[in-house]
Amino acid sequence: MAKVKGAVTIDENRCKGCDLCVVACPTDTLMLQPKEVNDRGYHFAFMKNPDNCIGCASCAIVCPDGCIEVYRMTLQQA
Amino acid sequence: MEEVKLMKGNEAIAHAAIRAGIDGYFGYPITPQSEVLETLEAEMPWRTTGMVVLQAESEVAAINMVYGGAAAGKAVMTSSSSPGISLKQEGISYIAAAELPALIVNVMRGGPGLGTIQPSQADYFQATKGGGHGDYHLIVLSPASVQEMADFVVEGIDLSFKYRTPVMILADGVVGQMMEKVVLPPFRPRRTDEQVREQCPWAAMGKGDRKHRNIVTSLELDPAPMEVNNERLQATYKRIAENEARCKEFYTDDAEYLIVAFGSIARISLKAIEEMREMGIKVGLLRPVTLWPFPTKEIERLSKQVKGILTVELNAGQMIEDVKLAAECKIPVHHFGRMGGIVPNPGEITHAFLSAFPEAKQN
Amino acid sequence: MTTEEIIQSGKKVYERPRLLTENITHYCPGCGHGVVHKLVAEVIDELGIEDRTVGVAPVGCAVFAYNYIDVDWIEAAHGRAPAIATAVSRLYPNDVVFTYQGDGDLAAIGTAETIHAANRGENIVIIFINNAIYGMTGGQMAPTTLLGQKTATTPYGRQADLNGFPIKISDILAQLDGTCYVTRQAVFTTAATRKTKAALKKAFQNAMAHKGTSVVEVVSNCPSGWKLSPEKANEWLNEHMLEKYPLGDIKNV
Repeated sequence: MAKVKGAVTIDENRCKGCDLCVVACPTDTLMLQPKEVNDRGYHFAFMKNPDNCIGCASCAIVCPDGCIEVYRMTLQQA
Repeated sequence: MEEVKLMKGNEAIAHAAIRAGIDGYFGYPITPQSEVLETLEAEMPWRTTGMVVLQAESEVAAINMVYGGAAAGKAVMTSSSSPGISLKQEGISYIAAAELPALIVNVMRGGPGLGTIQPSQADYFQATKGGGHGDYHLIVLSPASVQEMADFVVEGIDLSFKYRTPVMILADGVVGQMMEKVVLPPFRPRRTDEQVREQCPWAAMGKGDRKHRNIVTSLELDPAPMEVNNERLQATYKRIAENEARCKEFYTDDAEYLIVAFGSIARISLKAIEEMREMGIKVGLLRPVTLWPFPTKEIERLSKQVKGILTVELNAGQMIEDVKLAAECKIPVHHFGRMGGIVPNPGEITHAFLSAFPEAKQN
Repeated sequence: MTTEEIIQSGKKVYERPRLLTENITHYCPGCGHGVVHKLVAEVIDELGIEDRTVGVAPVGCAVFAYNYIDVDWIEAAHGRAPAIATAVSRLYPNDVVFTYQGDGDLAAIGTAETIHAANRGENIVIIFINNAIYGMTGGQMAPTTLLGQKTATTPYGRQADLNGFPIKISDILAQLDGTCYVTRQAVFTTAATRKTKAALKKAFQNAMAHKGTSVVEVVSNCPSGWKLSPEKANEWLNEHMLEKYPLGDIKNV
């Protein structure tokens, strides 16, 4: 049985912390940094639960700032 | 052999535009200049030279079509009359600010407001002192004949590309409506898109093979670069003022008095001058051909020779301010004008001159 | 399988559009403009028309759109983008020309230019961002502001007797013989954003095929103007905007 695993990269300094990627994520992968901010003072997004990511790209599609890139791998499992 | 034709000034504008290789004309009907658009639509130049002709939904749209065409590097023009030119001022300001070439024709009618459809020169201030918002100038050409209406289309569009600044032909309703002999300019082909790309590297026409994108804008929120933009504009205006001021002089060699007049009323003034010369009064005529830049140097020179100047205008006295500045208040400068569409005859001008300078007759 | 391993050996399934410039947008966090910019950049790239596309930017929040998408641009006076696009399209018939306008630009000050360009069937794409407010000037009433909606100039809510009614300009444009495609989309969810991209692609393809005027209205948010978080703004959009401005194709010839 195949299992899809995903991962995202986030351009932290481009991120404005709007939270829309977090809302769009169906697997509770993303979160805004609770304390840390980027150069422009925004709480940027990060992968809180990287194992959850399925590489669906929902977060990247709704990101208004083009901060997110998405990778996907299909793993063969016994 | 030259082909001499008989036509209205407005028609000459249209024919000259086709022959000058103008790429696009965008207009809206208004008396007394509607023949420009009508003639172009009848000539169907899109079938011959490929020129685009479009009746816009308003003067506002027309001038913004001109802005768009100019931003894309094309040779484009519009024409209108006073109330319509007021509507175009926003677009003209943008065109000047974005340093774009364009030709605008104003066949003036009497104002203010809806005014009258009869001839006037009441838009002198508007044309030469700005018109729209911001620190800018137009090159303003003042035709006095149907021949000049045709010639100035070619010269106007060429000047606009030379300096990347909008040029206005400021005609009065007389020059637009009267029929005269005219030799139309020779045909020259429109530039190809490749030539535009080469000659106008700034044009927003699609990147093509260009590595960078072109942006045509007048917006700059940062005051320091905005001041630089303004300084660049002013440097252009300085070059224009030094090189492009033009006028025509008649009977000025021995003149003791001077009439300064532009457009159709200059020709009527010349008739008055010839009548006065028969009476033994030595009056000369200076006709500014460019209203901006104004032929200040020539008037300054003549102001040292003559005893007084009369400006004759179809308005309440607008150009007189530039004449006074040129003469530096060293000699009397008087104004005679009719308004509301009235065009005075030579006798009225003579009478006005003698009223202003009664001593001239006794010499 | 670590995140690093997936990034190194996995397939890149979403990347920042090549035609988006490196400039960080001036838009507020969560603003729909950024999403639509991304889609426009993707569509131009996918259609291979970057060399012959000219964008016309409006006055409004998208006044600086030219800083973000790597094609030639002309910045218009307020409301005049369709007139500018008309001239460029007619003078370069093989160019793909689009305007990018907000509700004030397109449906208030530029109504005449919009309607007449569409009525002439100019071969252009009109992208219309409808967020029911004037964002750039500080949240004043737009022609599309909903009845009862509070703005800086309708502090007690828009009232029909004082302020008139919200205008459904896309429905008006669909009535004109010059339009070939009029659609209303949104970018408040992943699914809606995907549909908006398909609509934009169709509109640009119409221009490539010289089919006339295509209008893509995008019902969008304005978190700052609406004084809501981006998430709440998208919820408000879903609950209130879509009732007045339902999504879907209005005309598809």
